[in-house]
Amino acid sequence: MDSAELTGVTAPPPAVAGGRGEPPVRASRSFGFARTIRGYPAGLLLLSCAVTIAVLLPVVFLLWQAAHAGWGTIWPLIFRGLTWTLLVNTVQLAVIVTVCATVLAFGAAWLIERTDVPLRRFWRAVVVLPLAIPDFVVGYTWSSLSPAVHGLFGASLVMTLGLYPLVYLPVAAALRRADATLYDVARSLGCGRLTAMRRTILPQIRAALLGGSLMVLLGLLAEYGAFEILRFQTFTTEIFTEFNLGIDPAAASALSLVLVLLSLLAVGGELMATRSAAARAGRPAGGVRRYRLGWGVVPALLSLCALAGLGVGVPLSTLAYWLTQPAENIGVQTVPLLGAAGYTFEYSALAALAATVAAFPVAFLAVRYPGRLSRLLERIGYLVQGLPGLVIALALTFFAVRLLYPLYQSAAMLVAAYAVMFFPMALICLRASLVQLPRRLVDTARSLGCSPLRATLRVTVPLAAPGIAASFALVFLSAVTELTATLVLVPTGVQTLATAFWGYQSEISYAIASRYAAVIVLIAVIPGVFMSRWLDPGRSSSSAFGLALRRGGGGR
Amino acid sequence: MAQGGKRVRKAWRVMSLAAVTGMLAAVTACGSGGGDAPANSLVLYNGQHEQTTQALVNAFEKQTGITVTIRSDDEDVLAEQIMQEGSKSPADVFYTENSPALMKLAGQHLLAPVAAAALAAVPSSVSSPDKNWVGVSARVSALVYNTTDLKASQLPSSVMDLANPKWAGKLGIAPGETDFQPIITSIADTYGSAAALSWLKAVKANAGSHDYPDNETLTAEVNSGQVEIGLINHYYWYRLRAQLGASAMHSALRFFAAGDAGYVLDVSGAAILASSTHQAAAQKFLAFLVSAAGQRIIAQTDSFEYPLRPGVAANPQLPPLSSLHPDPADTIARLGDGSQALSLLQQAQLG
Repeated sequence: MDSAELTGVTAPPPAVAGGRGEPPVRASRSFGFARTIRGYPAGLLLLSCAVTIAVLLPVVFLLWQAAHAGWGTIWPLIFRGLTWTLLVNTVQLAVIVTVCATVLAFGAAWLIERTDVPLRRFWRAVVVLPLAIPDFVVGYTWSSLSPAVHGLFGASLVMTLGLYPLVYLPVAAALRRADATLYDVARSLGCGRLTAMRRTILPQIRAALLGGSLMVLLGLLAEYGAFEILRFQTFTTEIFTEFNLGIDPAAASALSLVLVLLSLLAVGGELMATRSAAARAGRPAGGVRRYRLGWGVVPALLSLCALAGLGVGVPLSTLAYWLTQPAENIGVQTVPLLGAAGYTFEYSALAALAATVAAFPVAFLAVRYPGRLSRLLERIGYLVQGLPGLVIALALTFFAVRLLYPLYQSAAMLVAAYAVMFFPMALICLRASLVQLPRRLVDTARSLGCSPLRATLRVTVPLAAPGIAASFALVFLSAVTELTATLVLVPTGVQTLATAFWGYQSEISYAIASRYAAVIVLIAVIPGVFMSRWLDPGRSSSSAFGLALRRGGGGR
Repeated sequence: MAQGGKRVRKAWRVMSLAAVTGMLAAVTACGSGGGDAPANSLVLYNGQHEQTTQALVNAFEKQTGITVTIRSDDEDVLAEQIMQEGSKSPADVFYTENSPALMKLAGQHLLAPVAAAALAAVPSSVSSPDKNWVGVSARVSALVYNTTDLKASQLPSSVMDLANPKWAGKLGIAPGETDFQPIITSIADTYGSAAALSWLKAVKANAGSHDYPDNETLTAEVNSGQVEIGLINHYYWYRLRAQLGASAMHSALRFFAAGDAGYVLDVSGAAILASSTHQAAAQKFLAFLVSAAGQRIIAQTDSFEYPLRPGVAANPQLPPLSSLHPDPADTIARLGDGSQALSLLQQAQLG
């Protein structure tokens, strides 16, 4: 699997020969379909449209909810002092976390990819591991360690350590293919190391840095659990409070609108950033030249150890510490661990199935029949990344209570919310896999008399198996580590691992809470490491995997 | 290419595993979900501490054979949910930590009358004046203070003294907790809402960054010395002591002067939803909560609340309820539905 394909995963499909917007040439391929609409196979197109509309429903509900309150009410609520406070909090946090995460990520990526630091493969795996630990668990471990970790400081610390791999992954990939000869030329012409790096390397990784930072921003905007634990007020914590207390549902939807707008800006920026990154991807690299560290290996190893210690060591050892503590002897342990794990497993597996099945036609249409319409459908799918899980969950609740009461508090609703939230992830995985299929095989199958459906089932699906498996696994893992939407939508009488953890940690029963957190981490980390190795052997875990995994880790 | 083939085969194995788990999950989901709850079952919306409720439910299920499905959340969240759900609410019984959440639903005519026998089991002063919910247990508001930082003689005797700037940086609060609201209502009723608002603003300024999400955290922070003094309900301190053990306690509890506006008795109660289709089973559950058996569970587990049924003694670690002197003016009716407190909290930008 080519890493360029994976890093460019959220980028729009490469331009199709034949020019923009022109109906693609596919007459020969669409031959045999009973009906076509504007050159697309009718069934496939309708299916893709239906899926796209379904994943957009939460936006419709959100707008409806706002309209329900009346725009005259909403408007002043958006422009009130609280919005400003939340915006200031968010901007402060975003600046601090983005700068810190970028510095950490660039430093780590440079050491690992561009120097002869020992144990390179080990470090590659370790520095991305924080992605598999949900941020609310990281927040809980730090907070249980020292009450001083709270507010802006605590939030900055926890989110930097949790999210820096999002910058690390694309930057490491960009550094791997950056043209090293330019650097050597700059050095030979008398530039200092820093100047040479700034003039030759930095321009080559700028897009990756930007894309990664925007992913960090998206993660920050959607996070709820960690901020609640760390007592830091953001849009999500405030929306959660206002909606839940019914103080002002209109205010909650007004804040949701602002939050969605901010997130969509981040997604839009990311799409543009990764597009320019993809355009750059084809540049031939001048071979990998590793900088000799010499005695510098000591500080290099020390800093990598410090990074791993803070990002992985502290959360995991604190968790281990709480696991060995006797359960707080107040009352009994009321939520059976196995039962909670069962529900988590069941909902997550169903969501993975639903998201993968729903994303397949959209990805297939976009890859096999590139054109203006299919590209639009695919991009709308990616835009869902800009909808925080909390907003999706609240919109679905609003809808169910009023229109479809049997779905209210049902498991189906929770699974649907997961499927929508993680739809972009499934799309990314399937597209990356489908785009590499040799078309000739399908055409051959068709010429040998297979119907289009039969050809898809017998040729396309088996060959796309790695992508399908990756999509299933990623959505599954993300749903396992999801907290915010689960808290809103969990059916009555059900406790998942995440909600049980949340209940106990908010009663500061840290020892009991740690058991549920540990199972979450076990379910997320072990298959996570396995998946990353399997998806992209020999290289650092694939960016698609990493980027996608943080959806869950980001607490959406 | 050979490697690619291997990977595809590997992927197939993962995929078939995934498909099987997916189908299994679907089958179990269909088995567990769907269909209305049978007549011999109840849905309980629970705002009380989960361990207490679970202990009560376990005993009730054993005694009656009625199954109880619990949805736990903060009482204000659940009250709001019930109002959103209206007549379609899946809840049969609502069990809260404080009376205002119940009064709010009573005001919306969402509660059914409680059987006279259940109401008669506890003093009439701790149940709904309109007989549509029953009081189950009670707590009393108090100060918790760090014994290393402060001596008992330094403590304020009135809740109003907490507004004094001398507590700046030393006071911790959890204003998001519903337990905080009856205190505000009591102050507003005694001194007027303007005085209550300036008290809230001063308390907010004194607390500064010591604004905690819940009383459990607040109590633990006072105990560990992060903050010197906090306004809580008595049982959080006893629960923390049960969790940590007496040797780890660096804090103590102190009640205000008799009859002080901040010395409030909070009643935890339960109601039956008017929309419930399981009225008979729900009445049985309420009757169980105030029965000797139910009340003993409250007294003997680590809930550290005061049982309200005469003749059932409280946990011996607690001072007897009769030795406490909360503000006698704070009747159920006066504490009301909490809307005044909520609006004051919002005006002080604490809500």
